[in-house]
Amino acid sequence: MAVIPKFVGERIKRREDPRLVTGAATYVDDLRLPGMLCAMVLRSPHAHAKIISLELEKARALKGVVAVFSGADLKNKIGSVPCVAPADHVPFHPVLAQGKVRFIGEGVAVVVAVAPYLAQDALDLIEVDYDPLEAVIDPEKALEPGAPILHEEFGTNSVTLASVPNPAVEDAMRKADKIIKFRIYNQRLAPVPMEPRGTVAKWDAGYRQLTVWSSTQIPHLLRSQLAEQLKLGENKLRVIAPEVGGGFGAKLNVYAEEALVAYLAMALNRPVKWIERRRENMSGTTHGRDQIAYLEVAAHKDGTVTAVKARFVCDMGAYLQLLTPAIPGFSGLMMTGCYKIPALAFEQQMVFTNKMATDAYRGAGRPEAAYIAERMMDMVAGEFGLDPVEVRRKNFFAKESFPVATAGGLTYDSGDYDRALNKALEMIDYPKARAEQAEARKHGRYVGIGIASYVEICGIGPSSLLPPKLKGGGWESSTVRIEPDCKVTVLTGVSPHGQGQETTFAQLVADAFGIDIDDVNVVHGDTAIVQYGIGTFGSRGTTVGGPALMLSVGKLQDKMRKIASTMMEAPPDQLVFSNRTVALKSDPSKSIALQQVVDAAYGYKQPIPGLEPGLDATSFYEPTNCTFPFGSHVAVVEVDPETGVTKFLRYVAVDDCGKILSPLLVEGQIHGGIAQGIAQALYEEVVYDENGQLITATLMDYAVPKANMLPHYELASTVTPSPVNPLGVKGVGEAGTIGSTPCVVNAVLDALAPLGIRHLDMPLKPEKVWRAIRDARAKG
Amino acid sequence: MYPSAFDYHRAASVKDALRMLSEYGEDGKLLAGGHSLIPIMKLRLAQPAHLIDLSGVRELAEIRDESGKIVVGAMATHRAVESSALVRAKLGLLAQCAAMIGDIQVRNRGTIGGSIAHADPAADYPAAVLALEGEITIEGAAGRRVVKAADFFLDLMTTAVRPGEIVTQLAFAPIPPGRGFAYLKHRQPASGFATVGVAAVIAIAKNATCESARVGITGLGPKPFRAKAVESALAGNPPAQATAAAAARAADGIDALADIHASAEFRAELARVYTRRALEAAMARAAV
Amino acid sequence: MQLNLTINGERREDDVDPRMLLVHYLRDVAGLTGTHVGCETSICGACTVHLDGRAVKSCTVLAMQALGAEVITIEGLARGPAMHPLQQGFWEEHGLQCGFCTPGMIMTAADLLARNANPTDGEIREALEGNLCRCTGYQHIVNAIQYAAKKLREQKAA
Repeated sequence: MAVIPKFVGERIKRREDPRLVTGAATYVDDLRLPGMLCAMVLRSPHAHAKIISLELEKARALKGVVAVFSGADLKNKIGSVPCVAPADHVPFHPVLAQGKVRFIGEGVAVVVAVAPYLAQDALDLIEVDYDPLEAVIDPEKALEPGAPILHEEFGTNSVTLASVPNPAVEDAMRKADKIIKFRIYNQRLAPVPMEPRGTVAKWDAGYRQLTVWSSTQIPHLLRSQLAEQLKLGENKLRVIAPEVGGGFGAKLNVYAEEALVAYLAMALNRPVKWIERRRENMSGTTHGRDQIAYLEVAAHKDGTVTAVKARFVCDMGAYLQLLTPAIPGFSGLMMTGCYKIPALAFEQQMVFTNKMATDAYRGAGRPEAAYIAERMMDMVAGEFGLDPVEVRRKNFFAKESFPVATAGGLTYDSGDYDRALNKALEMIDYPKARAEQAEARKHGRYVGIGIASYVEICGIGPSSLLPPKLKGGGWESSTVRIEPDCKVTVLTGVSPHGQGQETTFAQLVADAFGIDIDDVNVVHGDTAIVQYGIGTFGSRGTTVGGPALMLSVGKLQDKMRKIASTMMEAPPDQLVFSNRTVALKSDPSKSIALQQVVDAAYGYKQPIPGLEPGLDATSFYEPTNCTFPFGSHVAVVEVDPETGVTKFLRYVAVDDCGKILSPLLVEGQIHGGIAQGIAQALYEEVVYDENGQLITATLMDYAVPKANMLPHYELASTVTPSPVNPLGVKGVGEAGTIGSTPCVVNAVLDALAPLGIRHLDMPLKPEKVWRAIRDARAKG
Repeated sequence: MYPSAFDYHRAASVKDALRMLSEYGEDGKLLAGGHSLIPIMKLRLAQPAHLIDLSGVRELAEIRDESGKIVVGAMATHRAVESSALVRAKLGLLAQCAAMIGDIQVRNRGTIGGSIAHADPAADYPAAVLALEGEITIEGAAGRRVVKAADFFLDLMTTAVRPGEIVTQLAFAPIPPGRGFAYLKHRQPASGFATVGVAAVIAIAKNATCESARVGITGLGPKPFRAKAVESALAGNPPAQATAAAAARAADGIDALADIHASAEFRAELARVYTRRALEAAMARAAV
Repeated sequence: MQLNLTINGERREDDVDPRMLLVHYLRDVAGLTGTHVGCETSICGACTVHLDGRAVKSCTVLAMQALGAEVITIEGLARGPAMHPLQQGFWEEHGLQCGFCTPGMIMTAADLLARNANPTDGEIREALEGNLCRCTGYQHIVNAIQYAAKKLREQKAA
């Protein structure tokens, strides 16, 4: 019999892929249900306006139209779109606007028709009379006296003012050689998963049961929130996340259309499908970032930083989505980065504006923090004429100091920041790169070397870190079931949508039981099948879902060892699982087939009196801490001074995500992360004009990078296992994004350093760079 | 994503198409490759009641040598132009330009006639058609007329094509051997259109001066144009010395467009930079 | 209107609304949902299929424009039980994550390899100008297409 290999740590092809590369996968839009209707939403063309009247009759009269509803028609029928994060002012968020619209793209009416072409025809027949109001787009202006107020009931556009004071900061500022002050802006971004959102709902009137298919990262959390909005029991509501075409945080949410479509299916007693179009996605799916920070850094001539103080202004948009006001907190807590900066204080003013809500987007608060920390290090280096590498080394937490408490009150689990940085510098050959840069500068070329050493917070985490209203903590769940034929079913509470846990978890289970990876089937994303789980976000799939899986695996291993021990007359702790057998550790030739143990567990005659039959274990894993992956990225770029275009010469990334279970998948996560981080640094921004019109409403204007706009990535890793979980993993989904944004910005600004250019806000589009060069040259 | 309703007609010949155009008047719209029209129909920014598909008119897709002139049918796709051996041999600039339009899928469907008739100010083709001094054949009920490229582009998305008329073909004199040419563009990163695109054809005389230069610029202003100021500043002068000063005049007198990707000021600067680079690239290919 | 065409080698005849886009026809009438809709503006390429052997964005083609044509979708690319080398390449090289862009990517890559059997990485990146991927950062896609190119060259040589 062939020997079954080990799978963990190997370059395994994904088990998800055959259906995806052949077109056999089922995304929400691929669902076809008998009698299914199409819903389409009419959206506000105004950023801020009163709705005077809606004329729906012409649309209702169109052949093929089944129903048309306005916001007023649905008043008191569907609960508020939820925000679970605490804030001083949480407005009621209707699924369709009631009386007033507050951002471009807000839904005002819904048409349900037998086909999408007809639904669009009907939308064109709806007439809405608006009374436009002055809009407020700039979050700083929104706080000024006399600014238009979005939600009159609060009398202010302030969402909340969060404050983390620290008197030690003032003391450090007094003692510093220099207080470096700067303003930094993380622009507004659109997550743009390639699959837009979509929801299908089906009401079974006989069983009084609702099934909702939605393109979501959080099927169970969605179920809880929808149940509350619709006043249904959670045991009568089934949420299915079918194949999901990317999320990046944008689908870690509960949207107006989800409850709306569910309501329509119940009200009309027909299945209803709503598929988001890209323009709706650009205007009505959560955005990310949009955070201004005013920094004060206490720095010493040797490069030591002793305190950081920040005032943030965070643009929340018009309404609060699921976690909107919770995101900036991570930026504040993490902005000391990899550095033993003893004192930190910050204040965060969160503001309503006439824009789409911001919320989690790949990194969710930590890219902003890393950007601040890494720009800060380069600013300090520039101020005192030091090498940015030296400034970082000077301030790094030493590897001996872990676990280490940070100024933000977190405990970093493990780390070796010097090692990752040194490895990246070796790969790029730092002294040579600097020499080449000096040579290039002599010839008038603008070559820059950018460094970013980041640390981030993953695997969230202890439940105390999540808002209670989420109805789910930071834990994760699993069920492992060994079926009578020795095949294994895994039910996981995480909801992968590209991350590949169908493969990673199968690797872990196969190794644990000594079976083939093909013997394992990983099921996720269906609340009627899978025990309650939290979902996939914050690089938690493997970091929290993995240990949850291993708890159940351990329970079954214990039970099977017990059974085998009676069959083999050997102590349970001497038994190992290998090659589809249970074998004696000291003498593997003494073994019995795994199938025999399974037969015994399921058999009519119980092998051990009192032992429950079956092989099925469910576990819930609560982490004791988050994990803190880290790494260093180095980019070499050249700026064309005539056009402002940035070209990559090299891109090196050394990431440490703890133990690596699937190297190929880790690589993929880092590549994709780097691409999204570069996109923020150079290309992407959501642009609203001063009246709140969305200028970047399509992919004709919002520059998601293409293959020829991104570099070849040179990757390496260091491995510093996390002590937080038994797998030693740290999470990798967001790492690339967090490292690459500051790395690329630092590289471009390093290229421009000879011109005396100290800082430019992202994205570093050609015109901005060209202007900076021109202005700097004019100044001489 | 869902066009409004229309009647679809397939024209069997140019004559057939002209008849339908006259019958449907303003409600009728010609469909060539569809890569300008269908996108705006999907957004319902265009809602023609009658669509007249020209794809059945085979002869409109031909590329041929017609007594020394290279004739490119209006329905020739960008793909056909970029890969045509004839075009590559005799009109290298046009092939080069075609290969830089949009992407593979767009080039497989989009047509030269559709592109120039739509006259998007950021389209690539017009720069090359101007620099190559193409002649555009337009047919209508009153018969056939030929318009020079310089007289074809009138304003923002406005051409010399009148209601009821069809662009049927473009004709070009082959680029004489020894001439250098180049098309360079600054890509709008999201759409792939030309923020600025510059096509140049240059002839170097035996005395190493510039015998003639033709420069077509797209993207900069509301309509593509011949940069006459650049051309005359070069003519008769040694290119190595004259190019920079000539290129500096690329945006003279042009009311530059502005959008979130490039202000008017930056577009003008890009036009100057890309003009110089296109001239330099053209000269590098030119033989004396 | 009456539409006759061949999809993945099978002749079909349907009565379609003239305004129906090819992508909607393929998905909703022919039931081939492997072709996806990712944008409204002919940018993302998720809807790419082959029309008479050439990659096109089926969101920018009317179904009626495919009259008499031969359409190949991701479901018909392999022409047999074994995967097409491009499908194998995407699998081998981890050229996909969420998979939504993948069918379009593969169809565009097939057009590229039909013209250029031995492309450089740079040529592959240029050829993907009309296909957006948000997950992979493209490097594994480039590797996947190189894998397929090599495999196809070997098949041709054999």
